[in-house]
Amino acid sequence: MTPAISNVSRRGFLGQIFSAGALVIAAPLVPKLKAAGTWQPSVYLGIEPDGTVKIVAHRSEMGTGCRTGLPMIVADELEADWARVQVIQALGDAKYGDQNTDGSCSVRNFYDALRAAGASARTMLENAAAAKWGVPEAECHGQNHFVVHAKTGRKLAYGELVALASAAKTPEASAIRFKTPDQFRYIGKDIPIVDLKALVTGQAVFGIDARMPGMVYAAIERPPVMGATLKTCDDAEARQVKGVEQIVMLDLAKPPYGFKPLGGAAVIANNSWTALQARNKLKVEWDLGEHAVYDSAAYKQAMLDTARQPGRVARETGNVDAEFAKGGKKLEASYYTPMLAHAAMEPVAAVAEFKDGKVVTWTCTQNPQAVQDTVARAVGIKKEDVMCHVTLLGGGFGRKSKPDYVAEAALLSKQVGKPVKIVWSREDDVHFDYFHSPAALYMKAAVDEQGHPTAWLQRSVFPPIAMQGNPNEEYGGFQLSMGWTDIPYPIPNLRVENGPAKAHVRIGWLRSVSNIYHAFGVQTFTDELAASAGRDRVEYLLELIGQPRVIDFGKEGMKQSGPNNPKYPFDTARLRNVIEVAAQKSGWAKKKAAPGRALGIAAHRSFLTYVAAVAEVEVHGSEIRIPRVDIAVDTGRVINPDRVRSQFEGAAVFGTSVALMGEITAAGGRIQQSNFDRYPVARMNEAPLETHVHIITSDAAPAGVGEPGVPPIAPAICNAIFAATGKRIRELPVKGQLS
Amino acid sequence: MITLTINGKAARFDGDPDMPLLWYLRDELALTGTKFGCGMGLCGACTVHVNGEATRSCLTPMREAAGKRITTIEGLSAAGEHPLQKAWESCNVPQCGYCQSGQIMQAAAMLKSKPHPTDQDIDSNMEGNICRCGTYQRIRQAIKMAAGVQA
Repeated sequence: MTPAISNVSRRGFLGQIFSAGALVIAAPLVPKLKAAGTWQPSVYLGIEPDGTVKIVAHRSEMGTGCRTGLPMIVADELEADWARVQVIQALGDAKYGDQNTDGSCSVRNFYDALRAAGASARTMLENAAAAKWGVPEAECHGQNHFVVHAKTGRKLAYGELVALASAAKTPEASAIRFKTPDQFRYIGKDIPIVDLKALVTGQAVFGIDARMPGMVYAAIERPPVMGATLKTCDDAEARQVKGVEQIVMLDLAKPPYGFKPLGGAAVIANNSWTALQARNKLKVEWDLGEHAVYDSAAYKQAMLDTARQPGRVARETGNVDAEFAKGGKKLEASYYTPMLAHAAMEPVAAVAEFKDGKVVTWTCTQNPQAVQDTVARAVGIKKEDVMCHVTLLGGGFGRKSKPDYVAEAALLSKQVGKPVKIVWSREDDVHFDYFHSPAALYMKAAVDEQGHPTAWLQRSVFPPIAMQGNPNEEYGGFQLSMGWTDIPYPIPNLRVENGPAKAHVRIGWLRSVSNIYHAFGVQTFTDELAASAGRDRVEYLLELIGQPRVIDFGKEGMKQSGPNNPKYPFDTARLRNVIEVAAQKSGWAKKKAAPGRALGIAAHRSFLTYVAAVAEVEVHGSEIRIPRVDIAVDTGRVINPDRVRSQFEGAAVFGTSVALMGEITAAGGRIQQSNFDRYPVARMNEAPLETHVHIITSDAAPAGVGEPGVPPIAPAICNAIFAATGKRIRELPVKGQLS
Repeated sequence: MITLTINGKAARFDGDPDMPLLWYLRDELALTGTKFGCGMGLCGACTVHVNGEATRSCLTPMREAAGKRITTIEGLSAAGEHPLQKAWESCNVPQCGYCQSGQIMQAAAMLKSKPHPTDQDIDSNMEGNICRCGTYQRIRQAIKMAAGVQA
């Protein structure tokens, strides 16, 4: 389906962005996803009379490169000169459609629509030139900011055609002249990100950098345990700190917690440091409430126990129990992955002003419309009266989709009558995260004489993200389709289950979400079966995936619709291919394991992208080095290959943190880590020394890029550790498990 | 009254001498290229040069900055053309870019004492600077490019 396009240059609602006389194209975009009712995106581009092309980036830039990649798509079909393109960051506004920059979907959900927007504008410019010259439209072609009539050699600059084109009728979808992929000017080429110079010179503006005239700074003492209530607050000492203006009490959030601000006691001061220092002098006593029972060590054991009990069936084929009852060789194992914090380098941040019943905010958000919703609800105004400017994000990884912090700034501004900048310390950012859930997994297989599974049972247990809406929700729901129900092995008897776990902290999504633990379980257990059979890991993995086929999960016993997406069928030939490429490029067959040094492999499809990773590790006592990682990626058509490589290079590092060192724990309901000393993330000397990214050339529909590199990294590293040392890693992180 | 030099210009401060240089730069001077990351000298995002030495501004109270020459990312070069900045652009190092001011300032100080750093030099000088996006491989590549050593 091609989106409808209308010429809106006379509507004037983009006055702030485009000067009078600009040609503006509005493309109401309806991506072909099943939940079509909730997806009504629009993207805008404008051409100024001087020829400047302005393209609105409506998704948030947190390091993936989408603020460059999305405009590249428009500019390509428009045949715009990239040097004359300006990228404008959109405000939060429902008229743009979905702006929640998560789920690795910016390109895949907007590729067709952005092409249509660019091609439609170019078609209008070509038609305008044809009319002016009195020649057939088909003889006129947009070419690098000009319309050219090849027969006569005439050409007109885009800027000269703006007035004519803006008066023309928008072409019907069938009359839009699209380019063919061989004509692409930018798509598929390495283009530096538009903010590159600003970033290396310190000029780029992140949320924490945003300022409003007359603003004050705020730091909040929040309830230390989810649902804790305030008993007493002695602010005498805090009030005496020079520079403190006042102490303001914010109502405490009640369940369901959603994106609500947590509330607490806020110090308003004249700079960030004073606010943080005075906040630390508040003497607050809390009644910790029901979640004070949360002890992550006991919780871990309970989850592991639950995973050994029958759960809810999410997918079933054949009869696993009957096959297990037959006798013969069986293997089973339990796995555990801990809670994680996002720890983006920029803590969450916002500045907001409440004035005359309206809010203006500048913030680092992945989700500006959720900012509008959340702020509006918090301060009691209409969503349309919240203007959300989106800054650059100093990392997001899912945390900055949840705008509790923006509502804090807005609420405080309403109370103090000035713009308020909310300051989160690193400790705040860790303690009050929406955590990646801990997970327990149980795997069991019966194997034949060749070591191939004849029956396979897998069960996962984790507190679900759905707790945001229903604090009593204990089952995984949609999260099960992330690397669990979509296991691609054609085993005749296969059952996928999920067991209950109730959340004691706010749970959220973190880069690749449930795929992290699901891939760890499936890919480690696969390695265990191969080891038990004495088989080469690559050959065995390929045998388990089986002959190339397109999987119909409905026919294979999946209870939910899950990842069945007709545009993106699960094609095991593509999964096999990335495994073969990663193996070949890493020198898998040639590199012989030596004591303490070996390769490990894992493969996983997530966000519709096929990824295989080979990690080479060196283990000396408790020291682990990762000299090299090879990642093969089939993500369909690639817009900006350099940014795809960089995302997968980064995923190797992010995955290394997951594998080796990341762990958040709780005792007495309180989170025990607070900064990078006790919540370490991979540093330069701990990260893979070299990551080689091998992109499969493909003209398939573009798939996800930001997240799918993460899931295979931890199992690849841990499988390599086993190959190097004989030590099987069944729990993350590795740190402390090697002597 | 504390006086100091920021990017070649005289500056003064009459607030709490315990306030870290980081917040003076960011909140009072609006030099926001220097970033807050941890407040404990654990991440390197706030790295500036104090009398030419790479220093964590989040742990440098204003009283210690008195009389010193401070250089921030905004003052590293007049037109953003320090060899490291150019190499950072050539290698397309930044992803989100938040930590890169600190990375560049740390690397710039290193190159003054070690103009031709080895991999080990780079590790030991840069391991205090966290990049959560994971751009380390390109940081290493860009440092070598700027230093003119074999990548």
